[in-house]
Amino acid sequence: MPKITYIDFQGTARTVEGEIGSTVMETAIKNAIPGIEAECGGACACATCHVHVDEAWRASVGDPSPMEEDMLDFGYDVRPNSRLSCQIKVTAELEGLVVRTPERQA
Amino acid sequence: MSEPIKTDVLIIGAGPCGLFAVFELGLLDMKAHLVDILDKIGGQCAELYPEKPIYDIPAVPYITGQGLCEALLTQIKPFGATFHLQEMVQTIEKIGDPQFRVTTDRGQVFEAKIIVVAAGGGSFQPKRPPIPGIEAYEGTSVFYAVRQMEAFRGKRILIVGGGDSALDWTLNLAPIASHLTLLHRRGEFRAAPDSVNKMMALVGEGKIDLVLGQVSELRGEGGRIAQAVVKRNDGSHFEIACDALLPFFGLTMKLGPVAEWGMAMKDGEYILVDTATFESSVPGIFAIGDINWYPGKLKLILSGFHEAALMAQKAHRYVYPDKRLVFQYTTSSTSLQKKLGVA
Repeated sequence: MPKITYIDFQGTARTVEGEIGSTVMETAIKNAIPGIEAECGGACACATCHVHVDEAWRASVGDPSPMEEDMLDFGYDVRPNSRLSCQIKVTAELEGLVVRTPERQA
Repeated sequence: MSEPIKTDVLIIGAGPCGLFAVFELGLLDMKAHLVDILDKIGGQCAELYPEKPIYDIPAVPYITGQGLCEALLTQIKPFGATFHLQEMVQTIEKIGDPQFRVTTDRGQVFEAKIIVVAAGGGSFQPKRPPIPGIEAYEGTSVFYAVRQMEAFRGKRILIVGGGDSALDWTLNLAPIASHLTLLHRRGEFRAAPDSVNKMMALVGEGKIDLVLGQVSELRGEGGRIAQAVVKRNDGSHFEIACDALLPFFGLTMKLGPVAEWGMAMKDGEYILVDTATFESSVPGIFAIGDINWYPGKLKLILSGFHEAALMAQKAHRYVYPDKRLVFQYTTSSTSLQKKLGVA
C-alpha cells in the first residue's frame, strides 16, 4: 500500500496508506484528510479535490487530461502543478507521493 | 402579469425525474406544466454531464446524460407537456383541497390541483468564483448575468472565464464597452471553436484584450470596483482597471425557496415523503428524485422513475376523485396504447 503525504496550507504533513487502484482523492476522504472536499464524489465534475503536486512527483503523476483542465478552470489558485486528486490513480510507482492542498477549495 | 395557467399538475424541475413524471401522469390522463431555471431541459444530466456515460439505467447498458434526456423527451411526447424554462418557482399558496396557486420569479401564476417537486439538488445558479471579498461588489460592479446590455455601454469591462457564457458575452459587449478584457486561466477554451475564433479576431484587430491569469484580489470602495489584481501563471502580479467584472464560473445547485413551502424536511435539505405515495407532509405536494428523503433512499435516476410511478397513482385520486383507477399494463391495454399513439 503506497504511502501518500498530504501537506496542508499551514504546512502540517499527514502520511497515510493508499490502496492500489483507488485515487488520491479517495485515499484522502477515507483517512479524513482535511482540505479536500470532493463535492461531485470523484466524477471530474467539480474542482474541490484540487491539489498541488510536489515538483519531484510531477513527472510520475503526469499532466491533467483535457476534461480535468476544463474543471480546473473553476479551481482556486490553480498552478502549473495542479491536478484534481480524483483523477490520480494510486499505483506502486507513487510510493512516497507528496501533494499539497490549496488554501481553500472553490 | 399574464393570466393564471390552469393545469392538473405543476412539475417543478425538468430533469430526468420531472420528465418521466410526465409519462406516468399522462398514462393516467393528467396534464402537466413544468418549470425549470435552466435554459434547457434535462436538469443535472444536461447541465453537468451531457457527454458522460450512465451505466445504471435499467435495460440500458450505456447512455449519455444528453442521450437519456432525448430518449425521455421522445417517450413523453404523446402527452404534450408545456415547458417554462429560465423560470423559478417562488411561492406556493394553498387555495383548495388540494389546489395551489404557484408564482414564479417572472410573475407567471399557475393554478394546479397538485404539485410534484422534482427539483434534484436545487436550482442551478451562477457559481461565485473563489475570489476573496467578491461579495462586497456583487450587484454593483460584479454581475453573474447580463439582464440589460445597455447598462454596460461605455464601461471598462473585465470578463473572466473560458466557456460559452464568457465568450458569448465578450462578443456581445465588445462593441459597446469603452474597453473589454477577457481573462482566462489558460490559452485553451471550453467554448465553441467558432466563438473562440471570433474572439481571437477581435484580439487581432486590437478591439479587446486577452489576458492569461487568475484574479487574486479585487480593489475598490463602497461596492465600486477599481481594479482586479491578476496573478499570471509565472507567479507575477499586475492590475487591470475596470468598472464591471463579469465572472462566468459555471453553475451550482441551490435549494432556494423549496424549504419555505411548509413541507417537513430532513436536515433542512430534503423533502420527507411517504414511500407508498411519495407525498410530502403537505397533502397534494409530492417530491420525487434527489430532492426527497426516506429510509433507504438512493439518489439514483432509477429510484426517481419508480417514485414517479407511485406518485401518479395517488395524484390520480386527487385530480379525478370520482373515477375508479384500474391498474393497466401498456403491453396489453388498448386504452393506454391509444394514449401513447401506438394503437
